[in-house]
Amino acid sequence: MATTLSLRVNGKGYEVRAEPDALLLWVLREQLDLTGTKYGCGEGQCGACTVLIDGRAHRSCMTPIATLAGKAIVTIEGLATEERLHPVQQAFLDEGAMQCAYCTPGMIMSAVSLLNNKPNPSEAEIVQGMQGNICRCGTHPRIVAAIRKASATGKEARR
Amino acid sequence: MTRKGLQKADVEPERYELHAPPTILFETNRRDFFKFVGTGIFVACAATKAGAGLQESGGGRRSREDDLPKEIDAWLHLDESGEITVFTGKVEVGQNIRTSLSQAVAEELEVPLGSVRLVMGDTQLVPFDMGTFGSRTTPVMNLQLRRVSAAARDALIEIAAKEWKADPAKLKATDGKVVDTAAKKSATYSELVKGRQITQLLPAEDPLIPPGAWKVAGQPAAKVDARDFVTGKHRYPADQRLPEMMYGKVLRPPAFRATLTSVDTSEAEKMAGVVVVRDGDFVGVAAANSALAARAVAAIKAEWKSEAQPSDKELFEYLKKHVSAEGRGDNSRYVTGNVEQVFLTAEHKLQSAYNINYIAHAPLEPRAAVAQWKGDQVTVWTGTQRPFGVRGELAAAFHMPEDQVRVLMPDTGSAYGGKHTGDAALEAARLARAAKKPVKVLWTREEEFTWAYFRPAGVIEITSAANADGKVTAWEFHNYNSGTAGFRTYYDIANQKIEFHEVESPLRQGSYRGLAATANHFAREAHMDEIATSLKMDPVEFRIKNLKEERLRAVFAEGAKQFGWDKPRAANHGYGVGGGYEKLGYVATFVEVLLRPPTGDIKIQRVLTAFDCGAIVNPDGLRNQIIGANIMGLGGAIFEAIEFDNGKIVNAGFSKYRVPRFRDVPPLEAYLINRKDEPPVGAGEAPIVGLAPAIANAVFAVTGIRLRTLPMAPLLVSRGYQLA
Repeated sequence: MATTLSLRVNGKGYEVRAEPDALLLWVLREQLDLTGTKYGCGEGQCGACTVLIDGRAHRSCMTPIATLAGKAIVTIEGLATEERLHPVQQAFLDEGAMQCAYCTPGMIMSAVSLLNNKPNPSEAEIVQGMQGNICRCGTHPRIVAAIRKASATGKEARR
Repeated sequence: MTRKGLQKADVEPERYELHAPPTILFETNRRDFFKFVGTGIFVACAATKAGAGLQESGGGRRSREDDLPKEIDAWLHLDESGEITVFTGKVEVGQNIRTSLSQAVAEELEVPLGSVRLVMGDTQLVPFDMGTFGSRTTPVMNLQLRRVSAAARDALIEIAAKEWKADPAKLKATDGKVVDTAAKKSATYSELVKGRQITQLLPAEDPLIPPGAWKVAGQPAAKVDARDFVTGKHRYPADQRLPEMMYGKVLRPPAFRATLTSVDTSEAEKMAGVVVVRDGDFVGVAAANSALAARAVAAIKAEWKSEAQPSDKELFEYLKKHVSAEGRGDNSRYVTGNVEQVFLTAEHKLQSAYNINYIAHAPLEPRAAVAQWKGDQVTVWTGTQRPFGVRGELAAAFHMPEDQVRVLMPDTGSAYGGKHTGDAALEAARLARAAKKPVKVLWTREEEFTWAYFRPAGVIEITSAANADGKVTAWEFHNYNSGTAGFRTYYDIANQKIEFHEVESPLRQGSYRGLAATANHFAREAHMDEIATSLKMDPVEFRIKNLKEERLRAVFAEGAKQFGWDKPRAANHGYGVGGGYEKLGYVATFVEVLLRPPTGDIKIQRVLTAFDCGAIVNPDGLRNQIIGANIMGLGGAIFEAIEFDNGKIVNAGFSKYRVPRFRDVPPLEAYLINRKDEPPVGAGEAPIVGLAPAIANAVFAVTGIRLRTLPMAPLLVSRGYQLA
């Protein structure tokens, strides 16, 4: 039975009406019109649907909304603050780390989570951390470079 | 082979998924056209036969304003505010032509890159275009847009000259202005066009800025709308949304070639707000959200009749046994000299067979479409490389004229040759007509892996002869099913027999990045290595010895130098090379592998791809395409294969079908050979062809095992090796 649930997305509260086992990805896309979060596989294998839940990357295609009470959800649309891009978004821009860019929102969200967890990852740690995200255009080296750059920017900012 | 011969070999007849091009070509009529354009300058480029092979009847290059040709393949409009809008039927799928075409316009029109806006792939607004494939955008559309832009620039100079009573030859265009330096006069383009309505066809000949003098083109340019992609603002086809839109889902058969014997949709029909459609074997639903649509389809009880079908275990024998036609005309056969004669007395004769499995494009955005009907007019937003082709499919499917169908192509989440057809568009349109509301259809990954089409599997058999001097003297090449793209050899061989054998494919198959060129290059370049080994010759030296074409020799020679081919190799390090000529581009790829003996682990240490695609338009985008082609190529070379059994795809998901991931990516280098003396050509496809043979040849160097099947990993694993 459909119930009403409260979700907190990008700092805003939403009342959504859905089955408790409804998946976050489709609620974001179909009810909240936040289409920056992409469908790629529906089995947690490609990372296109990655969002942050309390600062950590989660696959929204596998996340029932019933588990999200009181949690802070951030999607790609909520990452930039006013006119300023998040350093990871900026680094993807600077490095030209996209081709068709359909994987880009998921890549960015995964990278933000990775850097939240480990601000100065080694190259191997970046590769390990991004292993669950698929890019079919083959932009991997630039994505790694962008994450390295964002990490360096973060280091600069923390100084 | 002469250069001309190489150019002529660039045919692509094996597009199995292509229907005949639309027989009707309609244009926006003149009145509509001016309503749309308003004031300003409008320049159109008449299609030529060479222009794109779009139409058979050339429109000529008339420049009388009231006599627009029917066939226009590009146009440009500069309005009073100075905004420049360019219309093209080419589409953006990640190859970044929105950027490189904008560079072409900015270059010739002498305006900043940011002031150019491209309208792409909207069948109502853009001139007819066959589609975005075959690496044709750069050699054809880039040239056309440079020509229309140059014409617009010269028209603006004319206006200024008239106004200032000056000699146009003394005026010049720069940074969005026409300037008379001597008279110290200048006017912006928008000032010059104010209140005017100027229409002009392309003049017969208008000199273009040569690549050597390019200022905007030729420079690295970032994706023009990159910010919309890193913020999630860009709406792909899957992200389109219309008021009252419903979500559609189609009932799929349990196997290929299955037919519906009975269906009971009563449970689905009882669900509130669910629309059920049954039309022949098509059964689908539309609902308020996708979860409900999925539940409704699951509630449909259907009986299907299917027939016994082959499995991947018997694929290659099957292909050899099911030849349906000995090719299609001249494009499928090439014979010169007499190979049989040479084989009778050949000093070094070799015979090998190569197998290529089916692989999937797996574009990260699956097929998606949103359809909306207004009366008897339908508009569909969908991700396709052929918006006009999909318009034709829709018109045919609904028995309506094409002018009642509009297809729009928002920049799409990749395609790689896999989105030529309008499957999701037809489904969305059928459901929307029944629902009387807009309907979105977004295929699941499983649907994409099952009901899209695959890169053809193939068997390639080669027999060769060579003399002790290291010259190949005879070359017999038979391709079963893979296709003819790149099946001719670019090596200088006096006796050749090259044949394509069409096969009844057990699976639906179609285009893929590079078409059959990847399979054909794999077999050819692997075989060339086998000959070099039997002659005890260096593989690079052997290739160059058998090549006449200067640019192809150059990519092998310069690539080898950059790679350090001649430097001493440490123990257990193997080098391999593969390359060729494809879609007008010249490519040579070099691979170094390292074998770790106790474990049998083989690691790709590095890859270098030398590439010549003429004058480079956007080196930044080009590097992305070359590196990307190599990474995509890794999958098909090493581990990707569609597994199927009795009409079902066995590995229809990313958990079962392995694609390259971060850990699979070795250090990759693109070595660009910028030929400013040659016209720019495409780069999306050619760089994929050299990798697989280069890996196979490098692995042979450390293991002595010839890998003649794509993907290569299974055989290596059976011999106790791992390749990563």
